[in-house]
Amino acid sequence: MGTHETKETTTQSSEEVGWETKLRYFLNSDFVRSSPFWGIPLVIMGIAVYGGMGFNIAISLTDARGLTPPDYSNLDLDMYGQVLGSEAFLTAAQNNLVLLVVFTTICLFLGLFLAILLDQGIRYNNTVQTIYLLPMSLSFVITAQMWLWMFNTNNGLLNIIVTTLGFQPVQWIGNPGIALGSVIFALIWQFSGYTMVVYLAGLRSLPDDQFEAARVDGASTIKTYLRIIVPQMKEASVSAAVVLMVFALKAFTFLYSLTGRYRPPNGTDILATLMVREAFKFGKWAYAASIATYLLILALGVIAPYLYYQYRQGSL
Amino acid sequence: MSQSTPDSTFDVASLVEDVSLKRIGQYVLVILFIGFFLSPLQTGLMTAFKTNEAVARTIPLVPPSASGFTLGNLQFALNELSGAFFNSLFMAIPATIGSVLFGSMAAYGLTMVRWRGQTAVLMLFLVGIFLPYQAVLVPLARFWNNIFPLASMLAPAFGALPVLEPYHSNLVPLMITHIAYGIPICTILFRSYYQSLPGSLVEAAKIDGASLSKIYRRVLLPISKPMFGVVFIYQFTQIYNEFLFAFTLITGSDTPEAVVTLILPAVGASTSGVDFGIRMSASFLAAIPTLLIYVAFAEQFAKGLQTEGGA
Repeated sequence: MGTHETKETTTQSSEEVGWETKLRYFLNSDFVRSSPFWGIPLVIMGIAVYGGMGFNIAISLTDARGLTPPDYSNLDLDMYGQVLGSEAFLTAAQNNLVLLVVFTTICLFLGLFLAILLDQGIRYNNTVQTIYLLPMSLSFVITAQMWLWMFNTNNGLLNIIVTTLGFQPVQWIGNPGIALGSVIFALIWQFSGYTMVVYLAGLRSLPDDQFEAARVDGASTIKTYLRIIVPQMKEASVSAAVVLMVFALKAFTFLYSLTGRYRPPNGTDILATLMVREAFKFGKWAYAASIATYLLILALGVIAPYLYYQYRQGSL
Repeated sequence: MSQSTPDSTFDVASLVEDVSLKRIGQYVLVILFIGFFLSPLQTGLMTAFKTNEAVARTIPLVPPSASGFTLGNLQFALNELSGAFFNSLFMAIPATIGSVLFGSMAAYGLTMVRWRGQTAVLMLFLVGIFLPYQAVLVPLARFWNNIFPLASMLAPAFGALPVLEPYHSNLVPLMITHIAYGIPICTILFRSYYQSLPGSLVEAAKIDGASLSKIYRRVLLPISKPMFGVVFIYQFTQIYNEFLFAFTLITGSDTPEAVVTLILPAVGASTSGVDFGIRMSASFLAAIPTLLIYVAFAEQFAKGLQTEGGA
């Protein structure tokens, strides 16, 4: 950035202006004068986020493991191949994909539904909104404990409901076939309030007259929503979807907390849990770092189109 | 839309008028969802006060009977968590203040004046919100443990201070980490607020010859108090609830410097399984700081979330 600005000031000032004047001009520019404000945070954040990412990639190119420091003299992409070839990685990636698609889709629909419901002139709607959003204020560590209890095979509330209805008790997270579904269910409980809030903000920013006009034309409420209101929620949907998808990729805390161990319950391993296990349990630093890079690429696959969309919309 | 009714007004006449099949259906749905969102919390809260025997015999949702009631779980959990509470607050409060201040500064420099390349710099901040933290964990552990062992450098100084123990120095790297990674989201939250301010506000001060730092201190800080509230509440909740960085930088839940979220998954566990009475007591104790803040400032919290999505 700095070089750009220097060039600009150089071309602007004509030949006869001395370098002192140019320098003074440059030092007085908004770029320089505002730089202490954005520059310091940029450096701190830049080192942490981008420096950290670069460092991670550097480690992923070594064979570092255990207590010996990484050897940077012998760099190759070995680890990336090893990771791709492992069964554990492919299973985790597959689970990640299921989590991402199912969780994001249901959260968006449920959130939209709740937002429309609360927008119907429900009494105490602020209080209701506060209740629906309540799970978002809690740590995943805490909600995981509560759901562990809800999912408990013997005395958990879900199984009490199931057996009261006359069915056999279900092993919610004990059964590999439905464990991932149970986890997704709990995460939907935690996040649908968030999508609701995003959609509510969208709904409340719409002008009333569209709704009135549709009314006058004799359209039913459902039709009005489907044809007129929902299409205008596109921006809210996109931004909420990005937040949910990025979360689905890195959802580590909830899964770890369910068992308090490195391995999440039956067949719910995702890339984030696999990466932390390989790094901090087995000390396979380079191997874990390359899993992290794959995760990063997946996240960029979500973020980049979103930023491009925002840029095109002119909202950056 | 205009249909939202004021929360507090309540008169019987309009309520009666309101009764229709569609209305009843809507309220049934609203109440069903209240049940859906509250049942895990209610279940946990009731279990927190039940004896082991009552936990085994009663439905989790219902309150304990007189004979099944106990404060023992709570007492045990409080005992387990009290040190961690101090650690969490000791780490989270400065980390929140730091990231919020840096965020507001960065947002000021990125919105209130215009320069070339600003969008590119802004992009760097924006991407920083969404990148998975897993991509920095290995370097983070290496940096604070091997390259720059700040904690062990600070330990003697901490030991000399009253109240603090040397092991509290282990919380400083975690604090700094939270500040650094909190900057992007705080910047974007403040930016959306500064953008909504009238441009004339700063222009007028500029014409009066005020310097940029004077404008920040005299004009912007006073009027952005409400936004400071929003970002502070949002960010404190995030940092207090965070687990992954704490897990990476503080080794083990049995160390004295462990924060609340780190200890919780182990409280009440034994070889025979989980004691849910104790576990639920600990969960609610751990949730108290953010629950109190949330109940008091739900609107600000929601606003923070909305802006994050719209970032």
